[in-house]
Amino acid sequence: MELLNIQQIEKYYGSKSSLTKAIDDISFTVEAGEFVAIMGASGSGKTTLLNCISTIDRVTAGHIFLEGVDVTKLRGRELNRFRREKLGFIFQDFNLLDTLTAFENIALALSIQKKPAAEIEAAVKKVAEQLNITDVLDKYPWQMSGGEKQRTASARAIVTGPKLVLADEPTGALDSKSSKLLLERFRYLNEEHGATIMMVTHDSFTASYAGRVIFIKDGRIFHELSRGDNSRKQFFDRIIDVVTLLGGDVSDAL
Amino acid sequence: MLCKLSLRNIRRSMRDYAIYFFTLIIGVSVFYVFNAVGTQAAMIRMEQSKNEIVQALSTSIGALSVFVAVVLGLLIVYANRFLMKRRSREFALYLTLGMGKGKISAILLLETLLIGVGSLVIGLLIGVGLSQLMSALVVNLFEADMTAYRFVVSGEAIVKTVLYFAVMILASAVWDTAAVTGMKLIDLMQAGGKSEKVRLKNPLLCVVVFLIAAAALGYAYYQVGWKTTAFGRKEILIWIAMGSVSTFFIFWSVSGLLLRIVMSMKNTYYRGLNSFTFRQISSKVNTTVFSMTVICLMLFVTICTLTSAFFIRNLVNKSFLELCPADFEVMLEIEEGEAGTYADITEMCAENGYDITADFADLREFSTFRDPEFTFADSLGSLAEEMRNEHPNYYFGSPQELIRQSDYNALMDLYGREQLSLGDGEYVLLCNFVSFSSIRNAALKAGGEITVFGQTLRPRIASCVDSFIDLAAERENFGVFVVPDDVVNGKTAQRQYFIGNYLSDDKQAAEEAVKRNFDMAQRAMVDKGESGISFIFITSKIDIGAAIIGLSVIVTFLSLYIGVVFLIAGGAILALKELSECTDSVGRYVMLRKIGAEERDITGSLFRQTGIFFLLPLLLACIHSVFGMKFAIRVMEDFGTENLFQSIAVTSAILLLIYGGYFLVTYFSGRGIIRDKQE
Repeated sequence: MELLNIQQIEKYYGSKSSLTKAIDDISFTVEAGEFVAIMGASGSGKTTLLNCISTIDRVTAGHIFLEGVDVTKLRGRELNRFRREKLGFIFQDFNLLDTLTAFENIALALSIQKKPAAEIEAAVKKVAEQLNITDVLDKYPWQMSGGEKQRTASARAIVTGPKLVLADEPTGALDSKSSKLLLERFRYLNEEHGATIMMVTHDSFTASYAGRVIFIKDGRIFHELSRGDNSRKQFFDRIIDVVTLLGGDVSDAL
Repeated sequence: MLCKLSLRNIRRSMRDYAIYFFTLIIGVSVFYVFNAVGTQAAMIRMEQSKNEIVQALSTSIGALSVFVAVVLGLLIVYANRFLMKRRSREFALYLTLGMGKGKISAILLLETLLIGVGSLVIGLLIGVGLSQLMSALVVNLFEADMTAYRFVVSGEAIVKTVLYFAVMILASAVWDTAAVTGMKLIDLMQAGGKSEKVRLKNPLLCVVVFLIAAAALGYAYYQVGWKTTAFGRKEILIWIAMGSVSTFFIFWSVSGLLLRIVMSMKNTYYRGLNSFTFRQISSKVNTTVFSMTVICLMLFVTICTLTSAFFIRNLVNKSFLELCPADFEVMLEIEEGEAGTYADITEMCAENGYDITADFADLREFSTFRDPEFTFADSLGSLAEEMRNEHPNYYFGSPQELIRQSDYNALMDLYGREQLSLGDGEYVLLCNFVSFSSIRNAALKAGGEITVFGQTLRPRIASCVDSFIDLAAERENFGVFVVPDDVVNGKTAQRQYFIGNYLSDDKQAAEEAVKRNFDMAQRAMVDKGESGISFIFITSKIDIGAAIIGLSVIVTFLSLYIGVVFLIAGGAILALKELSECTDSVGRYVMLRKIGAEERDITGSLFRQTGIFFLLPLLLACIHSVFGMKFAIRVMEDFGTENLFQSIAVTSAILLLIYGGYFLVTYFSGRGIIRDKQE
């Protein structure tokens, strides 16, 4: 089933005299239950793409359909409602509220949907188990490790049962061990719970956990890889090959 | 180059500076307005006696201004320090780019001076405008004539304001320079680090501290509000100190408890943005316990002084109406053992060329008597010895004043007050001086039989009647006996009274004419070589009014001055804290938006945060004030509390205007700070 359909979107910055095309005619689709990674160098437009899908930014031209609804047409309160109910966000710098405990941070995503308190508690406990953070639920962000923070942020993103989870460089601020732990959880959520995840990264290792990788260069789709029956290691090698072709700092970031 | 940078900085951080600017402007204008009162009043036509009050008022405002300047000075330093902290990263950038500390100091100095000069000019302009309004208040309070009024600017007040504020601004600039010299680059770069360490206080400790503080406060309240034994200034200070310390600990424990309580109500806590809102409030109160205490106490002082001032003013006006029910009084004291030269004062004036009755619409003439055998001690009967020991300073040998029942009733008819009826062998004692009436009441209860001019009389009522015969400013009737006419008939009068209301409606002009004519009559008597002129006493409603209104005007002005300044200071501290908190929290609001929180919920959360932050100190101050006022009213004796509500209403209006104004400004600027930049 097709969940996300992106049709010829463009995003321009600047004035007529000095135009920057952050996204230059990109189209692709994402099926429900897919785990997609978007790779590209700094400045390739991958974060802009994610921001447009997440309605944080607006496209200059083109359409983005989620479950058949054109999100580029949404305004004001509809937009907030859409974000709240259909999307889950994971950011590179976690974006947890430092005044709230892990539990409260996760609960907030539900309470702004006006869910009853009893339901909230059960849902938070369940998602905490899935992400292995039951022990840190009563801690504040400053008491947690980076990995714990990112898993808390992930729990907040999926606790509402979103149609699509958007992750922007989720491993960018993590050490390799925490990264691996987080990505294992992503795969678990994807495979066992059918969560649709779309992740932006410039790290080949991170991308190798996805089922499909879309490479972007200078605002255009450069290449696309599907994992198919490959092992993660084989898939990783294939990604490296494309990255070498891509050149630039993606290969530096290995 | 530096100048350009300073100007740009101010423009860029206008949001941070807005409250600082706003506070300085209000401070300057209030300072000017009150110091210009003297000049304002001089422009209005009023009698000589009132001009003296204006002089006294100007002097006391001048003295109070030194204190006010200290308060405002501290506020400016506080605000400045706040802004400095907010800009640590900017200074760090300058330092890493290789700018010397000297240059940073120079930039800061320039900025402070620019803002200082700007707010001085604007503040003075607003002050000059406001002081025109103030003169309306002056006219109202002094009951003066506004016809001669014109727009006026007080040069003296301007010079004073500029001087005081120049010193304050320079002082804070020097402070800044010193602070810059002590800065370390590493501290500056790490200042305002993102994550805030939240620690919940031990709830048990909070409960214990709260209970102890509440008990201490309750004890202080009881001592001040209910305990009846007399106490001195020292005890009051102890209770005030006790209350202040308790206030601190109440805020300390409430900041911890409030969150705990809300957290335990899961349905409330996990609804909408409530968890976020209460965490924000708790962390804010946690870091401002001391400021909260100071603000609470300032609000308390403001509420009490303003309410008391209006209370006193209303009281004075009311007792003036009660105790001065006629326009003019002449009293002639005749030396003991001699007969008067004239039958009454009308005759005295007529014989000396002045028909005094022609100037009066309504008048009463009567005499009062004294029996040398009937002294204060005699009137107390068996209690005399005891009272002599208790009050050795009172003069117990003075003969008591007696008035005929018919004369008294005629006078009461003029005054519009209640008349008396006496049976044979009865008397009524008039007294309204509180400490005397309690002595006299005791004597009346003990029997109160007296012997006057050989006749034995008994009291008709077993307590003093709250009345008087003389026009007076205060309750100062020590005791007058109303006796049946036949008791004093045929005796020699000791005092002759003439009390009446002017014929003309222009009381001022009538009074001048009557006093001039009366003066001429007295000169005629002097020319004839008659004695006794030095025993003539003249009293008038206008004279008494001028004297007592002076007191209430001074009290009202000074309390308004102090109250407004305290409100400004309290509001400004809260506003600065709240706005800087908003700037720090911008990231949090961005995040809330990203996960899809409604804009309405976000502004609602901000409104609740700001509201509770402003409300907490006000709430406690109100509770304090209830007991403070209870004490104040007790001190002001039993004058009745009927105008108390009016005083409270006026005070609330002023409080709402200034403190509420600060709240609104803070809320709207806070909303501007956290508003989504994209939409």
